[in-house]
Amino acid sequence: MIRVQDLRVTFGKGKNLFHAVQGVSFEIKAGEAYGLVGESGSGKSTILRAISRLTADWSGIIEIDSAPLSHRRDKSTARKMQMVFQDPYGSLHPRHTVNDILKEPLEIHGVNNRDSRILQALSDVGLSIDLRFRYPYQISGGQRQRVAVARALILEPEILLLDEPTSALDVSVQAEILNLLTALRRQHDLTYLMVSHDLAVVGHMCDRIAVMNRGKFVEEISAAQLRDAEPEDAYTRQLISASGKYDRETAKSFVSFD
Amino acid sequence: MTSLLRVKNLSVTFDTPRGPVEAVRDVSFDLGHERLGIVGESGSGKSQTGRAILKLIAGNGRVEAGCIEFDGMDILGASERDMRLIRGARISMIMQDPRYSLNPVVKVGDQIAEAYRIHSRASAKEAHKKALEMLETVQIRDHEKVYSLYPHEVSGGMGQRIMIAMMLIPDPDIIIADEPTSALDVTVQMQVLGLLDDMVTKRGMGLILISHDLGLVSSFCDRVVVMYGGRVMEVLEAKKLHEAQHPYTKGLMNCAPRLKDRQTVLPILQRDPSWLTD
Repeated sequence: MIRVQDLRVTFGKGKNLFHAVQGVSFEIKAGEAYGLVGESGSGKSTILRAISRLTADWSGIIEIDSAPLSHRRDKSTARKMQMVFQDPYGSLHPRHTVNDILKEPLEIHGVNNRDSRILQALSDVGLSIDLRFRYPYQISGGQRQRVAVARALILEPEILLLDEPTSALDVSVQAEILNLLTALRRQHDLTYLMVSHDLAVVGHMCDRIAVMNRGKFVEEISAAQLRDAEPEDAYTRQLISASGKYDRETAKSFVSFD
Repeated sequence: MTSLLRVKNLSVTFDTPRGPVEAVRDVSFDLGHERLGIVGESGSGKSQTGRAILKLIAGNGRVEAGCIEFDGMDILGASERDMRLIRGARISMIMQDPRYSLNPVVKVGDQIAEAYRIHSRASAKEAHKKALEMLETVQIRDHEKVYSLYPHEVSGGMGQRIMIAMMLIPDPDIIIADEPTSALDVTVQMQVLGLLDDMVTKRGMGLILISHDLGLVSSFCDRVVVMYGGRVMEVLEAKKLHEAQHPYTKGLMNCAPRLKDRQTVLPILQRDPSWLTD
């Protein structure tokens, strides 16, 4: 479904040239959930931004359904692939109602049956119709993220790019959103590419996981390998031991992987 | 264990155009020379509890309590002038995000030195030397160079260490850390916690760690106060977290995805309105 080969992304130029992603390759099969984990600055979100063409300075090959992507965003890939952003407080227009937010993609793509599509999208993500004419500030963080998911799904894409979809939410709300995403994948046969800094979240959602550091893949492991804590690489092992629990001795033993 | 701080029946109420909002209701706890965690979701009143101890509540807020007693002093009745002698020098607070809490136009080293001079009347030279020592204490390599950097030139983890250095330099008795690591990467988070751990065990400070992460707090702290809707749901020995009685604590623990065993569906926390009535 998605094939990425030797993707490189740079920022700046001349002396300030920064290689954010340095030659990354991976393939995601249709219906698969693929995760990218790493610490801040590892380039995981930049990969998503290159695939969605929000970043222009990339080189390499990105193929969706065997068709290579150009550097410009176009309507046909937008119908195939949609993104859910990290912060539902920043990604929804504050002066648009939920209805306006969901209607916009339908208008851009000239889709009919707008009313029934909006109602369907709201019910898909478990939102009550009463919220249809509310503004983002009138609903909770979890409800906002549901609106963001509904907006991504309203064009019936096959691929969702998820950029830290729950990191701004409380754990109890995170559980609801993760369950929703799992159920939607099954119902709509979606392919997920998910970015997170949280190993437990990625391990819960994804089948295969790539661990990133400094713009490169450290290794690619299956969710089962992650659960059994069997990664080959020392960096991945350190990341696992740092996740979730504090331990004095472990904290002292950390080294930096530059 | 001797008690450093006693809080009895603390309530914080905000007057808003829509009527009063009770952010904290009837919260009581004691702090000794230990690591005490306050855990809860957003809006549970955990940060306001921490701020009330230093009387750093916004203008429309009211603090009411049976008592807030620190080292024989009554904080509730203390004047603003008395509070200035307590804040920083005796009880200090580490904020969540160093990017917003450091002064962007002052070198980080000078900010640490300033914290020292305000509380000790030391000379500029002494303060400079002390600030360098402090940077070393918080495990910043190359502290001479870091001293003259500006906040935008340092990473998040280093910024948080600088904040910790600034809070430690007057040698306070209590540190209130409000989500000190939630803006940081996991490995850096562990290192910053390791630093706070040293402060408690080596200097005998009392630490209040405010966080939304129950797993992290229970592995770091000695005792945990679990808050919901401004109230204390239960107080637990951190080691006995798995014996938690309250359905809220249990729900909070269960709904986090676990690395070790995969569940197809995560349990959803069911909130019971009766938790908020007595």
